[in-house]
Amino acid sequence: MITLSHYIVLGAVLFCIAVAGLFINRKNVIVLLMSIELMLLAVNMNFVAFSRFLGDVSGQVFVFFILTVAAAEAAIGLAILVLLFRNRSTINIADIDSMKG
Amino acid sequence: MNPQLFQLICFYAFGFVTVAAALSVITLKNTVHAVLALVLTFFSAACLWMLLDAEFLALALIVVYVGAVMVLFLFVVMMLDIDQEKMREGFVKFLPVGLIVAAAMLVEMLGLIGVRAMHTQVMGADPAAAAGTSNTAWLGRALYTQYLLPFEVAALILTVGVVAAVALTLRQRVDARYESASQQVKVNPRDRVRLVKMAAERPVDETAAPSQESKS
Repeated sequence: MITLSHYIVLGAVLFCIAVAGLFINRKNVIVLLMSIELMLLAVNMNFVAFSRFLGDVSGQVFVFFILTVAAAEAAIGLAILVLLFRNRSTINIADIDSMKG
Repeated sequence: MNPQLFQLICFYAFGFVTVAAALSVITLKNTVHAVLALVLTFFSAACLWMLLDAEFLALALIVVYVGAVMVLFLFVVMMLDIDQEKMREGFVKFLPVGLIVAAAMLVEMLGLIGVRAMHTQVMGADPAAAAGTSNTAWLGRALYTQYLLPFEVAALILTVGVVAAVALTLRQRVDARYESASQQVKVNPRDRVRLVKMAAERPVDETAAPSQESKS
């Protein structure tokens, strides 16, 4: 019998995998973007599960909006990435230090 | 077979695939393979959402993510010439840190949300079916009434995103040649053709020739 905790645990596991991905792939911007997508997926998983178990439509509506914003974010992020590669011919984060932050 | 047991087996199967694919996203050496693993993650997550009777969102996840966003990722990954080896620098160095942080976060989260307490929350009847509609109609009714303004704002965000992405990557080439129609129409024959008046050619005088020959 599936309970709410099954889905919550799955969402937590996915989120932690994404956080680990952010840490261990610190050089590759593309993998960083993919880790962020994984995080959003984990959050969406929780939203859908709560919406279903509590019988409230708001959770699914929110997932809809998250999907929209995530798509726009991915498009702009990849555009910036292409621009970065064109100007610096690298996407290694260690080389992108012109702002000396 | 008991349908609830079957659901549980499906949950574990899809959940295992999701977690395994997510792990391979962050560990695979080749970025193209990582993108494909992310596609598998999204697909099995969509299957899990199907188990939750969220059919519309499951299909939207496949159409929007697998069909559009991931293809965009693949395009960019294949377009850029990335030195794979250099990208792996520091992978081993940061591996223990990443694992420790992730494990600590997982333990904290599971402790905080009280997994045991939610273990009693059993999946009831489908709320959409209880309302006498399908999942899509249930979601759409909320989206177009209660959440109409956020829905319009979402459309605006997408438009801004598209315009921004194009504006960022649009490149005007310096050596490109464009036709200017207005200048072409405005042109005057006198600007293009210059009539030159010059004396007619005459045969070379032969008395001048000997001096040239004696030199050579």
